[in-house]
Amino acid sequence: MLTFRIIPCLDVRNRRVTKGVKFQNNIDLGDPVEMAARYYEDGCDELVVYDITASAERRPIDIGIVRDVASVVRIPFAVGGGISSLDDMRRVLLAGAEKVSVNSLAISNPQVIADGAKAFGSQCIVLGMDPVRTPDLEKFPSGYEITARGFRVRTGLDAVEWAKRAADLGAGEIVVNSVDADGTRAGFDLEITRKIADAVGVPVIASGGAGKPEHLDAAWRDGHADAAIVAGMIHTGEWTVSGIKAAMRGVPLRRT
Amino acid sequence: MLTIIDYNAGNLTSVRLAFEALGAEAKVVSDAAGVAAADRLVFPGVGAAAAAMDNLRRAGLDTAIRAAIAAGVPFLGICLGTQILFERSDEDGGTETLGILPGTVRRLAPTGPRAKIPHMGWNQAIIRKKHPVLDSIRDGSDFYFVHSYYVAPANGADILCETEYAGQTFTSAVARGNVVATQFHAEKSGRTGLRLLENFLRWDGKEPEQC
Repeated sequence: MLTFRIIPCLDVRNRRVTKGVKFQNNIDLGDPVEMAARYYEDGCDELVVYDITASAERRPIDIGIVRDVASVVRIPFAVGGGISSLDDMRRVLLAGAEKVSVNSLAISNPQVIADGAKAFGSQCIVLGMDPVRTPDLEKFPSGYEITARGFRVRTGLDAVEWAKRAADLGAGEIVVNSVDADGTRAGFDLEITRKIADAVGVPVIASGGAGKPEHLDAAWRDGHADAAIVAGMIHTGEWTVSGIKAAMRGVPLRRT
Repeated sequence: MLTIIDYNAGNLTSVRLAFEALGAEAKVVSDAAGVAAADRLVFPGVGAAAAAMDNLRRAGLDTAIRAAIAAGVPFLGICLGTQILFERSDEDGGTETLGILPGTVRRLAPTGPRAKIPHMGWNQAIIRKKHPVLDSIRDGSDFYFVHSYYVAPANGADILCETEYAGQTFTSAVARGNVVATQFHAEKSGRTGLRLLENFLRWDGKEPEQC
């Protein structure tokens, strides 16, 4: 039986892992390569590494980190932030990443999803999206609008419509990162996760809001997600990946 | 020395890094002479069957691979590399492949609400026969998969492992003579995957008698 994946997310700024609430008040949490190795040894199923300042600083992604993470983990990992072309994708994949994650780039240029899928295969192209709840159901039938550039920009895109379009273009996986839940550690936004998971034929990853193992149970059971991203709850040391797995109930998990 | 065949079908970095992590020297070759000189071969691959076959033929690698396998060189196929060893694939409207192993390659047809394609993530390998490359690997161990097609061997005795996904049980590894080939990615399957790769490095290419 296919197992539910637990995916630690490392937000990297100046070669350090940081964590903020809604992209604000970032605090230093440690060395990304050391943390990746620790989570791998503890049984995480995949990793994601975001170079969160690359876009803002208009520089390419820090390829050294990709190489260093690839040298210490023997599981798939995705890399995002600062990807602005097929060449950037190729550099990241050749450095040892399994997947590249695009978000704002795909909103301004959806064709990059199709081009990336054609060049490297759909399984390499992850669409990250940051939906925010909205009362305007006329304009946004799903009740969620896609934001861009670290939640700062409203795009006018309906979340479910955008997810379906991205999957049709060739995205192999979709990370649904709820703006409302991000950093709260109060649980995933199960409503938008489920709406997207039920609407697309590709795997969906719940993101934003993980604080307890029960939240991951719910992401699988009620959110219909195939995987979940965890960050603050493990970065602070309050939980470990193996501890989360031991506490989860009713969800198929990989045992190491 | 371990030789990895590069035929422009996907990314070889993780395969190379996994073998290097085991202390093996891994050489990447893309020409027939390099394959002919090898004493242990890895045939990875991700992507579409038709384009991969075109690349192999253009470089004369199809003939070189057949010769190496006939000569008894220990051979490991991974993912698309595994599928291409069979006779034909349904992918790309039907593609003639190497025909080294009897059987075909078909599209996954999972059922139920969680039936997504590709089959992506960690799933269990149920061991169907003993083999040196599975030494110390527990039955039901999780391996990392990402694929939309699966191999259907004509010869049931070639089946090494099976895996269940959304109502469908498919062959996830095969072994015949000096060939072992997996649908899953041992190079991305953590410690269990490393163990399989290490077993392959030690293997003399002989299939044990089954009891």
